[in-house]
Amino acid sequence: MRTRALRASTYGTRLPGLPREPLTGRLIVIEGADGSGRTTEVGLLRDWLEIQGHPVVESGLRRSTLVAEQIDRAKQGHTLGGTTLALFYAVDFADQLENKILPALAAGSTVLADRYIYTLMARAIVRGASRAWAEKLYSFALKPDLVLLLDAKPDVLLHRSIGKYGSLDYWESGMDLSLSRDRFESFFLYQARLAAEIDWMVKEYGFYKIDANRSPNAVHADVRRLVQQIYKDGVDRSRPAPAPGPVNGRARRAAAA
Amino acid sequence: MAPESRSRVHGEPGRLLVFEGLDGSGKSTQARLVSRWLGARGYRVFFTEWNSSELVSDTIRRGKKKGLLTPTTFSLLHATDFADRFERHILPPLRAGYLVICDRYAFTAFVRDAARGCDPEWVRSMYSFAPTPDKTFYFRVPVAVSLRRKIASRQKISYYEAGMDLGLAAEVETSYERFQNRLKREYERSVDRDGFTIIEADRPVERVHAQLRHEIRPLLDGFPTEAKLIRADESVAS
Repeated sequence: MRTRALRASTYGTRLPGLPREPLTGRLIVIEGADGSGRTTEVGLLRDWLEIQGHPVVESGLRRSTLVAEQIDRAKQGHTLGGTTLALFYAVDFADQLENKILPALAAGSTVLADRYIYTLMARAIVRGASRAWAEKLYSFALKPDLVLLLDAKPDVLLHRSIGKYGSLDYWESGMDLSLSRDRFESFFLYQARLAAEIDWMVKEYGFYKIDANRSPNAVHADVRRLVQQIYKDGVDRSRPAPAPGPVNGRARRAAAA
Repeated sequence: MAPESRSRVHGEPGRLLVFEGLDGSGKSTQARLVSRWLGARGYRVFFTEWNSSELVSDTIRRGKKKGLLTPTTFSLLHATDFADRFERHILPPLRAGYLVICDRYAFTAFVRDAARGCDPEWVRSMYSFAPTPDKTFYFRVPVAVSLRRKIASRQKISYYEAGMDLGLAAEVETSYERFQNRLKREYERSVDRDGFTIIEADRPVERVHAQLRHEIRPLLDGFPTEAKLIRADESVAS
Protein backbone atom coordinates (compact mmCIF):
# COMPACT_ATOMS: atom_id res chain seq x y z
CA MET A 1 0.00 0.00 0.00
CA ARG A 2 1.33 3.42 -0.81
CA THR A 3 1.18 6.28 1.61
CA ARG A 4 2.00 9.93 1.43
CA ALA A 5 2.38 12.75 3.85
CA LEU A 6 -0.33 15.39 3.69
CA ARG A 7 2.02 18.32 3.98
CA ALA A 8 4.19 17.24 1.08
CA SER A 9 1.23 16.78 -1.18
CA THR A 10 -0.50 20.17 -1.10
CA TYR A 11 0.55 23.07 -3.30
CA GLY A 12 2.51 24.62 -0.46
CA THR A 13 0.09 25.65 2.26
CA ARG A 14 -0.50 23.40 5.24
CA LEU A 15 -4.08 22.53 6.09
CA PRO A 16 -4.56 22.98 9.84
CA GLY A 17 -6.36 20.55 12.08
CA LEU A 18 -6.36 17.50 9.85
CA PRO A 19 -5.55 13.97 10.94
CA ARG A 20 -2.12 12.84 9.89
CA GLU A 21 -3.36 9.50 8.65
CA PRO A 22 -1.92 8.28 5.37
CA LEU A 23 -3.93 8.84 2.20
CA THR A 24 -4.06 5.59 0.35
CA GLY A 25 -6.64 6.49 -2.28
CA ARG A 26 -6.01 8.22 -5.57
CA LEU A 27 -7.17 11.60 -6.76
CA ILE A 28 -7.98 11.89 -10.45
CA VAL A 29 -9.05 15.23 -11.88
CA ILE A 30 -10.88 15.69 -15.18
CA GLU A 31 -10.64 19.26 -16.43
CA GLY A 32 -12.17 20.72 -19.57
CA ALA A 33 -14.61 23.38 -20.70
CA ASP A 34 -18.37 22.87 -20.80
CA GLY A 35 -19.07 20.67 -23.81
CA SER A 36 -15.65 19.01 -23.77
CA GLY A 37 -17.25 15.70 -22.76
CA ARG A 38 -16.24 15.80 -19.10
CA THR A 39 -19.47 14.44 -17.68
CA THR A 40 -19.59 11.58 -20.17
CA GLU A 41 -16.00 10.68 -19.43
CA VAL A 42 -16.47 10.84 -15.64
CA GLY A 43 -19.33 8.35 -16.02
CA LEU A 44 -17.34 5.98 -18.23
CA LEU A 45 -14.28 6.16 -16.01
CA ARG A 46 -16.29 5.59 -12.87
CA ASP A 47 -17.88 2.44 -14.34
CA TRP A 48 -14.53 1.13 -15.47
CA LEU A 49 -12.81 1.77 -12.12
CA GLU A 50 -15.61 0.21 -10.10
CA ILE A 51 -15.63 -2.90 -12.28
CA GLN A 52 -11.95 -3.22 -11.47
CA GLY A 53 -12.76 -3.04 -7.78
CA HIS A 54 -11.81 0.56 -7.03
CA PRO A 55 -14.44 2.36 -4.96
CA VAL A 56 -15.12 5.79 -6.44
CA VAL A 57 -16.26 9.03 -4.82
CA GLU A 58 -17.12 11.95 -7.10
CA SER A 59 -16.58 15.61 -6.43
CA GLY A 60 -17.15 18.68 -8.51
CA LEU A 61 -17.78 22.39 -8.31
CA ARG A 62 -20.55 23.92 -6.23
CA ARG A 63 -21.41 20.68 -4.51
CA SER A 64 -20.46 21.43 -0.91
CA THR A 65 -23.08 21.04 1.78
CA LEU A 66 -21.78 24.24 3.33
CA VAL A 67 -22.31 26.94 0.69
CA ALA A 68 -23.43 25.44 -2.64
CA GLU A 69 -26.98 26.77 -2.19
CA GLN A 70 -25.80 30.23 -1.22
CA ILE A 71 -23.55 30.45 -4.27
CA ASP A 72 -26.46 29.50 -6.50
CA ARG A 73 -28.58 32.16 -4.86
CA ALA A 74 -25.86 34.79 -5.19
CA LYS A 75 -25.42 33.96 -8.87
CA GLN A 76 -29.13 34.43 -9.51
CA GLY A 77 -28.86 38.03 -8.39
CA HIS A 78 -25.53 38.61 -10.19
CA THR A 79 -24.60 40.96 -7.38
CA LEU A 80 -21.27 39.68 -6.10
CA GLY A 81 -17.98 41.27 -7.12
CA GLY A 82 -15.20 39.27 -8.76
CA THR A 83 -13.05 38.84 -5.66
CA THR A 84 -16.04 37.92 -3.52
CA LEU A 85 -17.26 35.30 -5.96
CA ALA A 86 -13.76 33.80 -6.31
CA LEU A 87 -13.47 33.46 -2.53
CA PHE A 88 -16.96 32.03 -2.26
CA TYR A 89 -15.98 29.29 -4.69
CA ALA A 90 -12.89 28.67 -2.60
CA VAL A 91 -15.09 28.05 0.47
CA ASP A 92 -17.05 25.51 -1.54
CA PHE A 93 -13.87 23.82 -2.71
CA ALA A 94 -12.23 23.77 0.73
CA ASP A 95 -15.36 22.28 2.26
CA GLN A 96 -15.41 19.47 -0.26
CA LEU A 97 -11.68 18.91 0.10
CA GLU A 98 -11.85 18.58 3.87
CA ASN A 99 -15.18 16.87 4.30
CA LYS A 100 -15.32 14.67 1.24
CA ILE A 101 -12.10 14.30 -0.73
CA LEU A 102 -9.65 13.78 2.14
CA PRO A 103 -11.83 11.32 4.09
CA ALA A 104 -12.42 9.34 0.90
CA LEU A 105 -8.70 9.22 0.13
CA ALA A 106 -7.95 8.24 3.71
CA ALA A 107 -10.42 5.38 3.33
CA GLY A 108 -8.62 4.22 0.20
CA SER A 109 -11.22 5.31 -2.34
CA THR A 110 -10.50 6.86 -5.69
CA VAL A 111 -11.77 10.41 -5.91
CA LEU A 112 -12.92 11.44 -9.34
CA ALA A 113 -13.05 15.22 -9.48
CA ASP A 114 -15.16 16.74 -12.23
CA ARG A 115 -12.99 19.91 -12.33
CA TYR A 116 -10.78 21.11 -9.53
CA ILE A 117 -8.88 24.24 -8.52
CA TYR A 118 -7.67 24.87 -12.08
CA THR A 119 -11.04 25.90 -13.50
CA LEU A 120 -11.65 27.98 -10.38
CA MET A 121 -8.31 29.73 -10.77
CA ALA A 122 -8.91 30.39 -14.46
CA ARG A 123 -12.34 31.88 -13.75
CA ALA A 124 -10.93 34.12 -11.02
CA ILE A 125 -8.07 35.29 -13.23
CA VAL A 126 -10.24 36.19 -16.22
CA ARG A 127 -12.33 38.22 -13.75
CA GLY A 128 -9.35 40.29 -12.72
CA ALA A 129 -7.46 38.32 -10.08
CA SER A 130 -3.71 37.96 -10.53
CA ARG A 131 -2.25 34.54 -11.21
CA ALA A 132 -0.13 34.82 -8.07
CA TRP A 133 -3.19 35.55 -5.93
CA ALA A 134 -5.21 32.69 -7.39
CA GLU A 135 -2.33 30.21 -7.03
CA LYS A 136 -1.68 31.18 -3.43
CA LEU A 137 -5.39 31.07 -2.60
CA TYR A 138 -5.60 27.46 -3.71
CA SER A 139 -2.20 26.41 -2.42
CA PHE A 140 -3.87 24.38 0.34
CA ALA A 141 -5.27 22.01 -2.29
CA LEU A 142 -4.05 18.46 -2.48
CA LYS A 143 -1.93 17.65 -5.51
CA PRO A 144 -3.83 15.14 -7.64
CA ASP A 145 -2.28 11.90 -8.83
CA LEU A 146 -3.43 12.68 -12.33
CA VAL A 147 -4.96 15.67 -14.10
CA LEU A 148 -6.56 15.01 -17.47
CA LEU A 149 -7.49 17.95 -19.64
CA LEU A 150 -10.16 17.27 -22.24
CA ASP A 151 -9.16 19.67 -24.96
CA ALA A 152 -11.77 20.59 -27.56
CA LYS A 153 -11.93 23.32 -30.18
CA PRO A 154 -14.21 26.32 -29.48
CA ASP A 155 -16.66 25.47 -32.27
CA VAL A 156 -16.98 21.91 -30.98
CA LEU A 157 -17.70 23.32 -27.51
CA LEU A 158 -20.23 25.72 -28.96
CA HIS A 159 -22.21 23.04 -30.77
CA ARG A 160 -22.19 20.67 -27.81
CA SER A 161 -23.19 23.50 -25.47
CA ILE A 162 -26.11 24.54 -27.65
CA GLY A 163 -27.06 20.91 -28.16
CA LYS A 164 -27.15 20.35 -24.41
CA TYR A 165 -28.91 23.49 -23.15
CA GLY A 166 -30.65 24.64 -26.30
CA SER A 167 -28.96 27.99 -25.72
CA LEU A 168 -25.75 29.46 -24.35
CA ASP A 169 -25.57 29.68 -20.58
CA TYR A 170 -25.14 33.17 -19.08
CA TRP A 171 -22.12 32.22 -16.95
CA GLU A 172 -20.51 29.85 -19.46
CA SER A 173 -20.63 32.74 -21.91
CA GLY A 174 -18.98 35.04 -19.38
CA MET A 175 -21.80 37.56 -19.74
CA ASP A 176 -20.91 39.04 -16.33
CA LEU A 177 -17.63 40.27 -17.84
CA SER A 178 -19.39 42.54 -20.37
CA LEU A 179 -17.07 41.36 -23.14
CA SER A 180 -19.90 41.72 -25.63
CA ARG A 181 -23.64 42.22 -25.42
CA ASP A 182 -23.95 39.49 -28.00
CA ARG A 183 -23.99 36.16 -26.18
CA PHE A 184 -22.60 34.20 -29.11
CA GLU A 185 -19.63 36.53 -29.42
CA SER A 186 -19.17 36.71 -25.65
CA PHE A 187 -19.05 32.90 -25.48
CA PHE A 188 -16.09 32.78 -27.88
CA LEU A 189 -14.24 35.64 -26.20
CA TYR A 190 -14.77 34.18 -22.74
CA GLN A 191 -13.82 30.62 -23.67
CA ALA A 192 -10.67 31.90 -25.38
CA ARG A 193 -9.64 33.75 -22.23
CA LEU A 194 -10.29 30.70 -20.07
CA ALA A 195 -8.37 28.50 -22.49
CA ALA A 196 -5.40 30.87 -22.33
CA GLU A 197 -5.30 30.53 -18.55
CA ILE A 198 -5.69 26.75 -18.64
CA ASP A 199 -2.91 26.69 -21.20
CA TRP A 200 -0.13 27.94 -18.92
CA MET A 201 -1.35 25.56 -16.21
CA VAL A 202 -0.82 22.56 -18.51
CA LYS A 203 2.92 22.82 -18.06
CA GLU A 204 2.95 24.37 -14.61
CA TYR A 205 0.73 21.68 -13.09
CA GLY A 206 1.60 18.76 -15.35
CA PHE A 207 -1.76 18.12 -17.06
CA TYR A 208 -2.19 15.38 -19.63
CA LYS A 209 -3.95 16.88 -22.63
CA ILE A 210 -6.41 14.62 -24.41
CA ASP A 211 -7.83 15.48 -27.81
CA ALA A 212 -11.54 15.74 -27.05
CA ASN A 213 -12.68 16.59 -30.58
CA ARG A 214 -13.16 12.85 -31.06
CA SER A 215 -15.81 10.32 -30.07
CA PRO A 216 -16.35 9.47 -26.37
CA ASN A 217 -14.91 5.97 -26.98
CA ALA A 218 -11.70 7.27 -28.51
CA VAL A 219 -11.29 9.73 -25.62
CA HIS A 220 -12.03 7.04 -23.06
CA ALA A 221 -9.40 4.71 -24.53
CA ASP A 222 -6.75 7.39 -23.96
CA VAL A 223 -8.03 8.07 -20.46
CA ARG A 224 -7.85 4.39 -19.49
CA ARG A 225 -4.28 4.16 -20.64
CA LEU A 226 -3.24 7.09 -18.43
CA VAL A 227 -5.32 6.08 -15.43
CA GLN A 228 -3.93 2.54 -15.53
CA GLN A 229 -0.48 4.00 -14.91
CA ILE A 230 -1.31 5.47 -11.53
CA TYR A 231 -2.66 2.15 -10.26
CA LYS A 232 0.39 0.30 -11.54
CA ASP A 233 2.64 2.82 -9.84
CA GLY A 234 1.06 1.91 -6.54
CA VAL A 235 2.20 -1.72 -6.73
CA ASP A 236 5.90 -1.06 -6.44
CA ARG A 237 6.74 1.99 -4.39
CA SER A 238 10.46 1.36 -4.28
CA ARG A 239 11.00 3.08 -7.62
CA PRO A 240 9.75 6.48 -8.71
CA ALA A 241 6.74 6.55 -10.98
CA PRO A 242 7.63 6.45 -14.68
CA ALA A 243 6.42 9.62 -16.32
CA PRO A 244 4.47 8.95 -19.51
CA GLY A 245 4.26 12.29 -21.24
CA PRO A 246 5.26 15.80 -20.27
CA VAL A 247 5.65 15.91 -16.51
CA ASN A 248 7.34 18.93 -15.03
CA GLY A 249 9.63 19.08 -12.04
CA ARG A 250 6.87 19.97 -9.63
CA ALA A 251 4.70 17.03 -10.64
CA ARG A 252 7.66 14.69 -10.49
CA ARG A 253 8.54 15.82 -6.98
CA ALA A 254 4.93 15.24 -6.02
CA ALA A 255 5.06 11.73 -7.44
CA ALA A 256 8.19 11.04 -5.45
CA ALA A 257 6.78 12.44 -2.21
CA MET B 1 -8.76 65.26 -8.18
CA ALA B 2 -5.33 66.83 -7.88
CA PRO B 3 -2.64 64.19 -7.57
CA GLU B 4 -1.20 65.70 -4.36
CA SER B 5 -4.50 65.10 -2.59
CA ARG B 6 -4.31 61.37 -3.22
CA SER B 7 -3.16 59.10 -0.42
CA ARG B 8 0.54 58.37 -0.59
CA VAL B 9 -0.16 54.92 0.86
CA HIS B 10 -2.72 53.49 -1.57
CA GLY B 11 -3.08 56.18 -4.23
CA GLU B 12 -6.84 56.68 -3.90
CA PRO B 13 -8.35 60.14 -3.32
CA GLY B 14 -9.90 59.04 0.00
CA ARG B 15 -8.25 58.10 3.27
CA LEU B 16 -8.54 54.82 5.11
CA LEU B 17 -8.54 54.86 8.92
CA VAL B 18 -8.69 51.51 10.64
CA PHE B 19 -9.60 50.67 14.24
CA GLU B 20 -8.36 47.30 15.45
CA GLY B 21 -8.16 45.53 18.78
CA LEU B 22 -9.71 42.91 21.01
CA ASP B 23 -13.41 42.83 21.86
CA GLY B 24 -14.04 45.32 24.62
CA SER B 25 -10.98 47.41 23.80
CA GLY B 26 -13.20 50.43 23.13
CA LYS B 27 -12.35 50.66 19.43
CA SER B 28 -15.98 50.72 18.25
CA THR B 29 -16.89 53.52 20.65
CA GLN B 30 -13.90 55.54 19.44
CA ALA B 31 -14.50 54.78 15.76
CA ARG B 32 -17.98 56.25 16.12
CA LEU B 33 -16.77 59.27 18.06
CA VAL B 34 -14.09 59.95 15.47
CA SER B 35 -16.65 59.65 12.66
CA ARG B 36 -18.91 62.18 14.38
CA TRP B 37 -16.05 64.56 15.01
CA LEU B 38 -14.83 64.45 11.41
CA GLY B 39 -18.36 64.71 10.05
CA ALA B 40 -19.04 67.74 12.22
CA ARG B 41 -15.86 69.34 10.90
CA GLY B 42 -17.27 69.06 7.40
CA TYR B 43 -15.38 66.10 6.02
CA ARG B 44 -17.00 63.46 3.90
CA VAL B 45 -16.95 60.49 6.23
CA PHE B 46 -17.96 56.92 5.55
CA PHE B 47 -18.19 54.63 8.55
CA THR B 48 -18.18 50.86 8.13
CA GLU B 49 -17.93 48.01 10.59
CA TRP B 50 -17.14 44.36 10.06
CA ASN B 51 -20.18 42.65 11.41
CA SER B 52 -20.89 39.33 9.84
CA SER B 53 -23.32 39.64 6.98
CA GLU B 54 -26.39 37.47 6.73
CA LEU B 55 -24.59 35.29 4.26
CA VAL B 56 -21.81 34.46 6.69
CA SER B 57 -23.88 34.18 9.84
CA ASP B 58 -26.29 31.82 8.02
CA THR B 59 -23.47 29.65 6.81
CA ILE B 60 -21.71 29.63 10.15
CA ARG B 61 -24.92 28.53 11.82
CA ARG B 62 -25.34 25.70 9.32
CA GLY B 63 -21.71 24.73 9.56
CA LYS B 64 -21.78 24.67 13.33
CA LYS B 65 -24.88 22.50 13.43
CA LYS B 66 -23.35 19.98 11.10
CA GLY B 67 -19.87 20.28 12.56
CA LEU B 68 -18.54 21.16 9.13
CA LEU B 69 -16.53 24.31 9.71
CA THR B 70 -12.78 23.95 9.90
CA PRO B 71 -10.15 26.68 10.36
CA THR B 72 -9.72 26.78 6.57
CA THR B 73 -13.39 27.08 5.62
CA PHE B 74 -13.96 29.48 8.51
CA SER B 75 -11.13 31.65 7.24
CA LEU B 76 -12.25 31.53 3.60
CA LEU B 77 -15.81 32.30 4.56
CA HIS B 78 -14.76 35.43 6.42
CA ALA B 79 -12.52 36.44 3.52
CA THR B 80 -15.57 36.14 1.25
CA ASP B 81 -17.54 38.31 3.64
CA PHE B 82 -14.76 40.89 3.85
CA ALA B 83 -14.36 40.95 0.06
CA ASP B 84 -18.09 41.63 -0.30
CA ARG B 85 -17.91 44.43 2.26
CA PHE B 86 -14.77 45.75 0.62
CA GLU B 87 -16.14 45.74 -2.92
CA ARG B 88 -19.41 47.37 -1.79
CA HIS B 89 -18.62 49.64 1.14
CA ILE B 90 -14.91 50.38 1.28
CA LEU B 91 -13.47 50.75 -2.20
CA PRO B 92 -16.23 52.91 -3.75
CA PRO B 93 -16.14 55.61 -1.03
CA LEU B 94 -12.34 55.47 -1.00
CA ARG B 95 -12.32 56.13 -4.75
CA ALA B 96 -14.92 58.87 -4.28
CA GLY B 97 -12.64 60.71 -1.86
CA TYR B 98 -14.20 59.88 1.50
CA LEU B 99 -12.55 59.45 4.86
CA VAL B 100 -13.38 55.79 5.33
CA ILE B 101 -13.48 54.73 8.98
CA CYS B 102 -13.28 50.96 9.43
CA ASP B 103 -14.21 49.32 12.69
CA ARG B 104 -12.07 46.20 12.03
CA TYR B 105 -10.25 45.48 8.79
CA ALA B 106 -8.20 42.63 7.34
CA PHE B 107 -5.97 42.58 10.46
CA THR B 108 -8.86 41.09 12.41
CA ALA B 109 -8.73 38.14 10.03
CA PHE B 110 -4.95 37.88 10.22
CA VAL B 111 -4.94 37.51 14.00
CA ARG B 112 -8.06 35.35 14.26
CA ASP B 113 -7.05 32.92 11.52
CA ALA B 114 -3.48 32.68 12.81
CA ALA B 115 -4.86 31.96 16.27
CA ARG B 116 -6.85 29.11 14.69
CA GLY B 117 -3.71 27.64 13.15
CA CYS B 118 -4.03 28.78 9.53
CA ASP B 119 -0.81 29.54 7.68
CA PRO B 120 -0.36 33.30 8.30
CA GLU B 121 1.21 34.00 4.91
CA TRP B 122 -1.63 32.22 3.14
CA VAL B 123 -4.17 34.34 5.01
CA ARG B 124 -2.32 37.57 4.24
CA SER B 125 -2.05 36.74 0.56
CA MET B 126 -5.80 36.11 0.42
CA TYR B 127 -6.40 39.67 1.58
CA SER B 128 -3.81 41.25 -0.67
CA PHE B 129 -6.61 43.01 -2.60
CA ALA B 130 -7.18 45.19 0.48
CA PRO B 131 -4.99 48.31 0.40
CA THR B 132 -2.78 49.31 3.31
CA PRO B 133 -4.64 51.86 5.46
CA ASP B 134 -3.37 55.40 5.90
CA LYS B 135 -3.50 54.78 9.63
CA THR B 136 -4.25 51.71 11.71
CA PHE B 137 -5.01 52.26 15.39
CA TYR B 138 -4.41 49.22 17.52
CA PHE B 139 -6.36 49.45 20.77
CA ARG B 140 -4.19 47.68 23.28
CA VAL B 141 -5.83 46.39 26.47
CA PRO B 142 -5.03 43.61 28.93
CA VAL B 143 -7.07 40.50 28.21
CA ALA B 144 -8.60 40.77 31.69
CA VAL B 145 -10.09 44.15 30.72
CA SER B 146 -11.49 42.75 27.49
CA LEU B 147 -13.08 39.88 29.37
CA ARG B 148 -14.47 42.14 32.10
CA ARG B 149 -16.06 44.50 29.57
CA LYS B 150 -17.46 41.59 27.58
CA ILE B 151 -19.11 40.13 30.66
CA ALA B 152 -20.34 43.54 31.81
CA SER B 153 -21.95 44.14 28.40
CA ARG B 154 -24.10 41.03 29.01
CA GLN B 155 -23.69 40.03 25.40
CA LYS B 156 -23.69 36.31 24.95
CA ILE B 157 -20.24 35.04 24.04
CA SER B 158 -20.69 33.01 20.88
CA TYR B 159 -19.15 29.61 20.24
CA TYR B 160 -16.62 30.79 17.66
CA GLU B 161 -15.94 34.09 19.42
CA ALA B 162 -14.80 32.05 22.39
CA GLY B 163 -12.70 29.82 20.14
CA MET B 164 -14.66 26.82 21.44
CA ASP B 165 -13.93 25.01 18.17
CA LEU B 166 -10.27 24.84 19.23
CA GLY B 167 -10.98 22.86 22.37
CA LEU B 168 -9.04 25.29 24.57
CA ALA B 169 -11.41 24.78 27.49
CA ALA B 170 -14.78 23.22 28.18
CA GLU B 171 -16.13 26.34 29.81
CA VAL B 172 -17.02 29.31 27.58
CA GLU B 173 -15.47 32.09 29.66
CA THR B 174 -12.20 30.24 30.16
CA SER B 175 -12.02 29.41 26.47
CA TYR B 176 -12.79 33.02 25.60
CA GLU B 177 -9.97 34.26 27.82
CA ARG B 178 -7.46 31.81 26.35
CA PHE B 179 -8.51 32.61 22.83
CA GLN B 180 -8.24 36.37 23.49
CA ASN B 181 -4.73 35.76 24.78
CA ARG B 182 -3.84 34.15 21.47
CA LEU B 183 -5.41 37.02 19.54
CA LYS B 184 -3.52 39.55 21.61
CA ARG B 185 -0.24 37.75 20.95
CA GLU B 186 -0.95 37.88 17.22
CA TYR B 187 -1.85 41.59 17.36
CA GLU B 188 1.37 42.37 19.22
CA ARG B 189 3.33 40.42 16.63
CA SER B 190 1.82 42.53 13.84
CA VAL B 191 2.59 45.93 15.39
CA ASP B 192 5.84 46.54 13.52
CA ARG B 193 5.07 44.67 10.34
CA ASP B 194 1.77 46.44 9.80
CA GLY B 195 2.81 49.79 11.22
CA PHE B 196 0.10 49.97 13.87
CA THR B 197 -0.29 53.16 15.87
CA ILE B 198 -0.67 51.90 19.41
CA ILE B 199 -3.48 53.31 21.49
CA GLU B 200 -3.18 52.37 25.16
CA ALA B 201 -6.89 51.80 25.57
CA ASP B 202 -7.07 50.95 29.26
CA ARG B 203 -7.52 54.66 30.01
CA PRO B 204 -10.52 57.00 30.28
CA VAL B 205 -12.46 57.24 27.02
CA GLU B 206 -11.94 60.98 26.70
CA ARG B 207 -8.17 60.75 27.02
CA VAL B 208 -8.05 58.03 24.43
CA HIS B 209 -10.17 60.18 22.16
CA ALA B 210 -7.92 63.19 22.62
CA GLN B 211 -4.95 61.10 21.50
CA LEU B 212 -6.85 59.91 18.42
CA ARG B 213 -7.68 63.48 17.37
CA HIS B 214 -4.05 64.37 17.79
CA GLU B 215 -2.98 61.44 15.58
CA ILE B 216 -5.60 62.09 12.91
CA ARG B 217 -5.18 65.86 12.44
CA PRO B 218 -1.98 65.63 10.35
CA LEU B 219 -3.75 63.29 7.91
CA LEU B 220 -6.31 65.98 7.14
CA ASP B 221 -3.90 68.55 5.70
CA GLY B 222 -5.24 69.64 2.34
CA PHE B 223 -8.11 67.18 2.49
CA PRO B 224 -11.34 68.63 1.09
CA THR B 225 -14.35 69.16 3.34
CA GLU B 226 -18.05 68.85 2.71
CA ALA B 227 -20.52 68.44 5.54
CA LYS B 228 -21.74 64.94 5.21
CA LEU B 229 -21.81 61.85 7.36
CA ILE B 230 -22.80 58.63 5.72
CA ARG B 231 -22.90 55.33 7.46
CA ALA B 232 -22.72 52.05 5.60
CA ASP B 233 -25.84 50.68 7.27
CA GLU B 234 -27.87 53.80 6.47
CA SER B 235 -26.83 53.77 2.87
CA VAL B 236 -28.14 50.26 2.36
CA ALA B 237 -31.30 50.73 4.43
CA SER B 238 -33.21 52.32 1.56
